[in-house]
Formats: sequence, C-alpha cells, structure tokens
Amino acid sequence: MSEPEPLSLHVPEPAVRPGGSPDFSNVKIPRAGAVPRPEVDVDPEAIRELAFSIIRVLNRNGEAVGPWAGLLSDEELIEGMRHMMTLRAFDARMLIAQRQGKTSFYMQHLGEEAISCAFRRALSPGDMNFPTYRQAGLLIAGGYSMVDMMCQVYSNSRDPLKGRQLPVMYASKEHGFFTISGNLATQYVQAVGWAMASAISKDTKIAAAWIGDGSTAESDFHAALVFASTYKAPVVLNIVNNQWAISTFQGIARGGSGTFAARGLGFGIPSLRVDGNDYLAVYAVAKWAVERARRNLGPTLIEYVTYRVGAHSTSDDPSAYRPKAESDAWPLGDPVIRLKNHLIVKGVWSEERHKQAEAEILDTVIAAQKEAESYGTLHAGGKPSARDMFDGVYAEMPPHLRRQRQQAGV
Amino acid sequence: MTMIEAIRDAMDVMMARDEKVVVFGEDVGYFGGVFRCTAGLQQKYGRTRCFDTPISESGIVGTAIGMATYGLRPCVEIQFADYMYPAYDQIVSEAARLRYRSNGEFTCPLVIRMPTGGGIFGGQTHSQSPEALFTHVAGLKTVVPSNPYDAKGLLIAAIEDPDPVIFLEPKRLYNGPFDGHHDRPIIPWSKHELGDVPSGHFTLPLGKASVVRTGSAVTVLAYGTMVYVAQAAAAESGIDAEIIDLRTLIPLDLETIVASVRKTGRCVVVHEATLTSGYGAELAALVQESCFFHLEAPITRVTGWDTPYPHAQEWDYFPGPARVGRALVEAVEA
Repeated sequence: MSEPEPLSLHVPEPAVRPGGSPDFSNVKIPRAGAVPRPEVDVDPEAIRELAFSIIRVLNRNGEAVGPWAGLLSDEELIEGMRHMMTLRAFDARMLIAQRQGKTSFYMQHLGEEAISCAFRRALSPGDMNFPTYRQAGLLIAGGYSMVDMMCQVYSNSRDPLKGRQLPVMYASKEHGFFTISGNLATQYVQAVGWAMASAISKDTKIAAAWIGDGSTAESDFHAALVFASTYKAPVVLNIVNNQWAISTFQGIARGGSGTFAARGLGFGIPSLRVDGNDYLAVYAVAKWAVERARRNLGPTLIEYVTYRVGAHSTSDDPSAYRPKAESDAWPLGDPVIRLKNHLIVKGVWSEERHKQAEAEILDTVIAAQKEAESYGTLHAGGKPSARDMFDGVYAEMPPHLRRQRQQAGV
Repeated sequence: MTMIEAIRDAMDVMMARDEKVVVFGEDVGYFGGVFRCTAGLQQKYGRTRCFDTPISESGIVGTAIGMATYGLRPCVEIQFADYMYPAYDQIVSEAARLRYRSNGEFTCPLVIRMPTGGGIFGGQTHSQSPEALFTHVAGLKTVVPSNPYDAKGLLIAAIEDPDPVIFLEPKRLYNGPFDGHHDRPIIPWSKHELGDVPSGHFTLPLGKASVVRTGSAVTVLAYGTMVYVAQAAAAESGIDAEIIDLRTLIPLDLETIVASVRKTGRCVVVHEATLTSGYGAELAALVQESCFFHLEAPITRVTGWDTPYPHAQEWDYFPGPARVGRALVEAVEA
C-alpha cells in the first residue's frame, strides 16, 4: 500500500470578498408557486425536499401564485406593508440617533422586515416569542408602543427596563416578546421549554424560537432540536439566514449541510425553507407551522432565506468583509418593494399612495421620537436612578445588596 | 429518613401541593435518579410531571428556564455538579438575570439540584464542589444542606422561592453524617436526631445559618460535609470551637457569623472546594471587614488543595479532622 498524501484542512470562504463582483449563483431560486403545500399533519419524511427548496409566493411580476398564496386580504396586506415601512423608518431614525450620540448602540432590520412583521400576524394572543435582536417587527406589528421602544433604546427615565439592558433588547410579556438576552442561541432552548410547559399545563399557547444562521452552530441550538423533537413541543423553530454573522459568511456555520433547514431532518422535524423577503410566503409558512404546533402535531423548523442589507450593528462596517454592491445583487430583492409592487398589481396601491404613506409614517415615528427624547437620552436629560440599579436582582433584596446600596449612597 | 429520602419527600410534598412543580433530568423519571432522589415520583405524578431527559445539561436548564418563565416551578436535577458546566451559560446569563434585565416582566422560579463534593472515590468528574461559581453570580441563591431535616425544609423553601436557587447536595452525606474518617463506618441517618424529619410541609428560611456547636475558643464556618469534619476536629483536638453551619451561602447569614466571631475573636473557614477564589475567601473578607477589631488571630482557611480533584489521593486532598484540628489549635495558639 502506498503512503497516504498529507492531510489538508478545509476552511470555507465566501464566493466573493470586497473588491470582487457579487455572486449569488450558488443560491438556487425556484420560481414562485413551484413548491407544494402539504397538509399540516404530513409525515415529515414525505416532505424532506422542502428543506432544500424555497417556498415563494410573489413572482417577478408582483403576482401572488401557487398553493401558498391567497391567505391575506388586501387590507391585511396594506397593514403588513405599513408595519414593514414603520419598522424601516424606526430603524432609520434610531440609527441617526445613535450617530448623534443619543444612545450607545443600535441594530437595524434593513432587508429583513418581512420576517418578523409577517410572522407576528400568524400568532394568537398569549403565544410567546423568544426573539433575537433582529425581530422588532414582532413588536411593531403587534402594536407595542414605539415610544416605549425608543425609551428603551435611549435608556431614559421612562425606559421600561430601567436602563439595565443594551439598546434593542426589549421585553414585553403582554406582547409575547421574551426578554432578549444578547447571548446567542440560549433562548432557542428556552422557547422549547416554554412550549413544553404549555403542553404540560394543557394550555393552547405555543412558542416561537428565533435564531440566526451563525448561532445555529451553538450547542443550545442542537439541545433545542433534540428536546423539541423528543417531547413534540408546540414550538416554531425559526432560523433567519441573512447570509452574514457579523463578518462570517453563512458557510462557516452551515458546514457540509446543504441548507440550515436540513438540520431539522435528522430530528424528524418538518423543515421548510422560505423566501424571507416575501411577506406572503413568510406569513403562509408561519401560519402552517403555527397550526401544526397548535394542533399538538409538534415542532416545525423554518429557514428564512434573506439578506442582511445593513451592518450587523452600529459597531461594524460591512465594506470591510463583503462587496459593497452585494445587497443590490441579492436575488430575492427587497421585501418592501416586492409587497408594494404586488399591491400595485392588485390595483389597491400606487407609487403616490406609497410616498404618502412613507411621509405619514415618518411623521408618526418622529412624533414618537420627540416624545421619547423628552424623557431623556443616554447622556442627556432624564435617566433611571442609580438606586434602580440595585432593585430587581432578586424578588426581595438580600442583606448584602442592601449594604452595597447604602455604600453607594443612593 | 436519609438525606435522599428527605429530598425526595420535599419534592413529593411540593408536587402534591402544587401542580406547577415539575421534576426532570437524566435518569430521573422511570429509574428515579442515579442516587434515587426521585424514585417513585413518576409513578405517583405521571410522566408529564417527572420525566427523563436527553443527556444535555444546557437543554435541561434551558428548557427549565422556559418553563419557569411560563409559570411552572421546575425542580431539575443535574446528575453530578461536575456535569453542570454545559448549563453554566444558561444559569449565569439567563436564569440569574431574567428578572433584572426585564425589570420583572419575566421571572425564573427554578431549582437546580445537584450532588456535590467528594469522598466517594469519584475522581475529578464526580467530586467537585463548584459552589463559588454560583455564589459569584448576581441573581442566584446557593444552598448547601448538611442533614435530612435541613435538606427537606430548605428544598421546599427553594421550590417556593420566586428566584433561581442552586441546591447543592453533599453526596457523602446522603446516607449518613460523615466526619471525614473514611476508615470508620458511617452512622446511618436513622440513628441520628437530624434524620428525624417531620412529614408534610415545612420550610427553613434561605439565609439563616445554624450554630451546631456552641463554643468560646474559635468560630468555625462550614457547610455540607465539612460541618461534621469540623465537629470531629473540635472533639479530637479538644478545642472549644463554635461551629456554624451556613446552610445558605447566598443569601448569607452574616449576622450569626459576626456575633460568633466577636465573641470568640478567632475564625477558621473550612470547605472542600479549592482554596483560591473559593467561597472561603469571601467569608474571610467579610469577617475581617465586620470583626477586625475583635480578631485576635489571622483568619485561616482549610480547604481542598488547588489541584483538580484526584482519585487515588482522595484522602490527602479532602480536608479531614486532622487538618482542621491543627488549624483550630493554631488559631487558638496564635
């Protein structure tokens, strides 16, 4: 037998880096309407191919086509449009506010608005999301107060979280929005536990877990899948694949697997891939998965194929790790423009109405911002008291914290 | 009642009283736990109240956190404290901080039980005492009972507590008080007054220490197995030590400690865990801050050595009555 060749290590690289021409030829996009819509009680084995395709409803002409279409009324679609536009305007204002030094940090949703806004519509009151930092559409579409959100971003005197959390790490039980950790993947398995608790309690509520492509590499992701699979927890397991984990392309977390959705197959979990920039497709797939959970059929894994158009956060510059024009080349387009075109094709919307709506929404956001800023910003005006810092570590303050608060003189 | 039976009884009492109490972990359901602490609970309360889990500590604690935020009261078992590291992120970054970071929107009434400590020839993966890794974390409570009576009362209090509690069970005490003399047979709990545990519901407050031996020469601060080692050391050295069983590390009953040290003027801290940055360092700092002008000798610590927990050398590692006794003599003679 001959001597073996020396081994070599495979380190994946994205197709293109800064300076190169954007190339998404490896992203296989099926035509809209091509993927079948199975019954919710389908045998997961029978729909394995759904983990490798992409469910799409809106075609290039702005028409809604195929078996996943036709679930939302014109009014609901226009409302969805407004939610996405509101989130986009909110982000734009908060980004500027961060640059003006009114807060320390911000994370925007640009390009990913459809996912959280459409998903929210599929849930019922009492259901619980365990979101990451890029699902504020769940709050916007759920009618949470923008002023409260901004007060949290500013850590001001009206911050519902009393200045204890990094900006955008909102929490609202009433709005089904679990307190965002900021640590990655930890909440994925908590969502499964919450869903198990609902089943143990013979309740009818379900949970939704959220994670990004990069964080699926965390062991908590795998723990979540095994627990969800074992106990058939009523949970929707969402993976937002926006192609980039800060500067690391999705291939580093995905490894040899064809898709992130394919991760679910080994656990026997129905796993679907969906066009994350298609409001109608996101809603249709979310509704399918929510119904499965609600009917005690167990978990569903959904991979949303999308693109993070902006920076990861206000702390990084994407031009250092990917081509500047890459977002323009993204083959699934922009979620706002696609829904707008669809509404225009349907004859219920126009460029003019869109501009008008944009102006109205901006006014509303600016009004909210003015009010929020009247309660202070991070470095100016009202802020939570230093005394607040010592509260809420425990239900009842233990003696050692009482002593420390005394020492702090607050 | 053994400590195992007392712990089981506490869970039994709480599961009967409150259907929100659920119990799960590795081998916890059908088999009843490798130490038998949950034996019979699945048969009595059904598979959705007491069940086996995949071997995934972060999964056990992560799902338990989700359940607690839903409104259940999970009391989960980590098979050995040595196995808790995969769950540490869930404990530190999540359970401990939920109330604080959400300003009370979400809370986490959760008990994580784990057998702790050495003395069973368990080697480095079945013998560690990681309590300082919990006491260092804001938002956790840490309890270490030393006898069946306390174990039951403290575990019920822990399950009823609105915040996450780490409940460390010294496995060397499960079947009887162990005084560190490994070559002598242990006295079973059935022959010990603290093995006499009332039936039904009762609690002991978290944050209240117990003076297990009154004395005037030196104060010994101990918890878990070391409570009995300290008692043996006092008896064998003839030093009239006042021995305090802390029972709860956080919150700490500093009042009882300070009153004792102000009386004796001397203090020896004893724990199984490694010395450096151990909980004994915190105790020594607190005692000197509060009792400096009453101290007549340096505060000393008798602890496990700063090595990984060894197998064959277990009894050289374990702080036994001889080492503790020498420290008592030195403190008194200083």
